[in-house]
Amino acid sequence: MKAKKKAAAAAVNAAAWIITAICLVPMLLILLNSFKDSLGASEMNLKFPALPLQWNNFLVVIEKGKLLTSFMNSCIYSVVSVFLCTVLASMASYVFSRNRSKLNRFLYLYMVLGITMPVNYVALTKVMMFLTLNNTRLGIVLLYTAMQLPFSVFLIHGFVAKLPAELDEAAVIDGCSPVRLFVSVILPLLKPAIATVIVLTFLNTWNEFVSPLYFLSSSSKWPMTLSVYNFFGMYFKDWNLVCADIFLTSLPVILVYLLGQKYIVSGMTAGAVKG
Amino acid sequence: MNRKKIYPTWFAAGALLLYSVLFVLPGVIGIGYSFTDWSSYSDQLKFVGLENFKTVFSADGNYLKIMKNTLVFTLGTTVIKNILGLALAVLLTKSIRFLNFHRGVMFMPSVLSTLILGMIFTSILNPSTGLLNTFFKGIGLGGFAKPWLTSPAYAFKSVMAVDIWRGTGYIMTILIAGILSISSDYYEACSIDGASGWQKFRFITMPLLLPTLATTTVLNVIYGLKVFDMIYALTNGGPGKATTEVLYTAVFKKFGTGQYAIGTALSSVMFLFMVFIGFFMIRMMTKDEVQE
Repeated sequence: MKAKKKAAAAAVNAAAWIITAICLVPMLLILLNSFKDSLGASEMNLKFPALPLQWNNFLVVIEKGKLLTSFMNSCIYSVVSVFLCTVLASMASYVFSRNRSKLNRFLYLYMVLGITMPVNYVALTKVMMFLTLNNTRLGIVLLYTAMQLPFSVFLIHGFVAKLPAELDEAAVIDGCSPVRLFVSVILPLLKPAIATVIVLTFLNTWNEFVSPLYFLSSSSKWPMTLSVYNFFGMYFKDWNLVCADIFLTSLPVILVYLLGQKYIVSGMTAGAVKG
Repeated sequence: MNRKKIYPTWFAAGALLLYSVLFVLPGVIGIGYSFTDWSSYSDQLKFVGLENFKTVFSADGNYLKIMKNTLVFTLGTTVIKNILGLALAVLLTKSIRFLNFHRGVMFMPSVLSTLILGMIFTSILNPSTGLLNTFFKGIGLGGFAKPWLTSPAYAFKSVMAVDIWRGTGYIMTILIAGILSISSDYYEACSIDGASGWQKFRFITMPLLLPTLATTTVLNVIYGLKVFDMIYALTNGGPGKATTEVLYTAVFKKFGTGQYAIGTALSSVMFLFMVFIGFFMIRMMTKDEVQE
């Protein structure tokens, strides 16, 4: 009986390691090959790179792939839309959750419907052109924000509902204005939800590829995803460089994932699990 | 107290404005434009009635195949991801060493850019130099080495497989949270009654996990219908005639060739379909809040 249990435990552990390995291999492939020379990387295998390591690849990629520009662009797009999205979503969901009038309840459902709705990019060009937002940084930032709003509102709305309304009453009796009440009383209490929204919005906007593809024609405004894809098209024979580019583009995402794992999981599972 | 005064509605104005103008408005006017001959060649719009929809739903074009591809992709990946995700969730709620490490690594593909993962897999699935075929040849199973992305016979399945590799960890994570929320009392009571491991899974885990499985299904369906980045990077709709073409890649191609009316008609079909699905999804997600 004991031996059987031990064997079962070993089998379970082994299964977990095999699946983990399957998940890790592609990432490992990129890491190893970004340190090889062009010939060594042409086979794209898991052999350890020959010494000396080709650190030079990263410099070449940064220069040829214009990674500094696109890194700055990605930073601007992500940071500004994360900020806008957090502020607008928390204000809106706070009002929707606290004052459940018929109108507000309808508006909440209307916003949350955006979680499933697809964007009609073709018709969006008309709107963007009308607002002269086509091929502008502002346009991309506003677009990212609009796309991230529905889920953020949904997330924060659920969280506001858990804060006792007595807090508001006490603050109002003490003479708090609505703005002051929101900024000094509610916002600090929303920190966990806001942290989740920040991390998720950052990841989604950093990885976003479709909107720039449709709306940014000048390469000087491209974010990292678009420039890495373009680089891939030009240097598809130099996998060492492509790997280095992919590695640098994914690095911020991996860092944010490692630091904010708790918030990502709680955000992504929000609403999915009851009880 | 006056709720309207303490919770002023203008707080929501910014979010509502941005969302309405850049998200809802294109969807709505897109439906209008799909009744016109809007293209990059004509300066003036002409009303053409249902012409575009007739094209989209006619047997001649590839459009029906594209819609079928999108549905098959969505259904196939949803079912397989749910089954694999459930198996992994059960596995990773057992007492395993380095549990959090395993969970963390398996979830990682879900946070990486789908575009970049697509690019990586064009290398892994390369017929001659790719890692997968080299692996098969290396262990003496050269017969399994196939032209994964370049032959119409395998391309669609390969694309789905890559997406399953990418998305299973996400489903697993949600299901782990679901399994952990089941009270251990049930399992203890079951053990006392002498239930086997399978019976516990069948009669406790499964029924109590059904609401969570419903959510993962809806999330997967939404993702699957909108899939773009991954297919764009892997095959861009090829090889051959629309082998792996899905709605969003088709819309982008129509956009590229200036056939805006067809593009917006395809988008509108999807728009209406997904707003319909959205109602179900939102009812499910907000059920708890409504009861409060």
